[in-house]
Amino acid sequence: MLRGQVDVDRERCKGCGLCINACPKDVLDFSGEFNSDGYNYVEFADPDDCVGCGFCGIVCPDMALTVYRFEEEGVA
Amino acid sequence: MSDKATSVKKKDMTKVVGKPDSMNDTHFSYCPGCHHGIINRLIGEAIDELGIQEETIGTAPVGCSVFLYKWFDIDVVQPPHGRVSAVATGIKRARPDKTVFAYQGDGDFASIGTNNSVHAANRGENITVFFINNTLYGMTGGEMAPTTLIGQKTTTTPGGRKAKDFGYPIKMSEMLARLDGPTYITRQAVYDVPRIKSAKEAIVKGFRNQIEGKGYSLIEILSACPINWGLDPVEAVERIKDEVEAVYPLGDIIDRG
Repeated sequence: MLRGQVDVDRERCKGCGLCINACPKDVLDFSGEFNSDGYNYVEFADPDDCVGCGFCGIVCPDMALTVYRFEEEGVA
Repeated sequence: MSDKATSVKKKDMTKVVGKPDSMNDTHFSYCPGCHHGIINRLIGEAIDELGIQEETIGTAPVGCSVFLYKWFDIDVVQPPHGRVSAVATGIKRARPDKTVFAYQGDGDFASIGTNNSVHAANRGENITVFFINNTLYGMTGGEMAPTTLIGQKTTTTPGGRKAKDFGYPIKMSEMLARLDGPTYITRQAVYDVPRIKSAKEAIVKGFRNQIEGKGYSLIEILSACPINWGLDPVEAVERIKDEVEAVYPLGDIIDRG
């Protein structure tokens, strides 16, 4: 089964929300916490549903998201 | 946050998207939701894919993207306001073995540097020009630019731009397409994944044209300026779809390659 992982660079994220808007699986959300620039950064809230499409990283204006895709073994 | 995903057994983990190798770790100084950052990354990805990091020289405008030299791990020259196409011309003529790109906003390309922009295109200089159109002057506080839409409110047109007083939105790409010099002129946007992929292809094509000696390529890219538009980043995307694209339609305008 194809899975994804999103690494959020909290200090790069400016909380614009374009990734949340672009995600077809709703796996991202605002963290409710703030980085040193005062931005409410995004968190990878729902890893189980991520398929690694990369849409969030493609629309991210700040290179704050690095997306990986992998095959998970033993899951139908 | 991603502990669960990292703990599962996985193989062939591939990076789908992230920071290109030709870019530095320095954070962008762009406002939240600004499309400049997306466009910068696409140029970095194109440089990586073409393997031209060592021979690429960028020229940066005065404007929000003035700090390209901080963000790209390549050589960048930052000329006086509006002179980007002219300086790119000089670099390319002195070092034709290098890949030279000009990165300009609409204030830089279509107002202060119009003379330089038009003549570089008319000469068919073998350079790649990225023209970022956000319909106003972003860095200085959202003043009207030649590209501002009719009726658009800016800090210098608080009642909206009126054609009678300020003329019409200038369509640089269509204007330059009437010249014999340019090889490739296209208008793109980066507000969703399909547009971003299309813009990336156009950027790569612009670089390829130069590498193959085909001449002048202009890639205009519509960009959001949520702060100065008074919109949140998602609303700004909708404004490009609903209003900006109606005046500046997307697609290739000429392709003589």
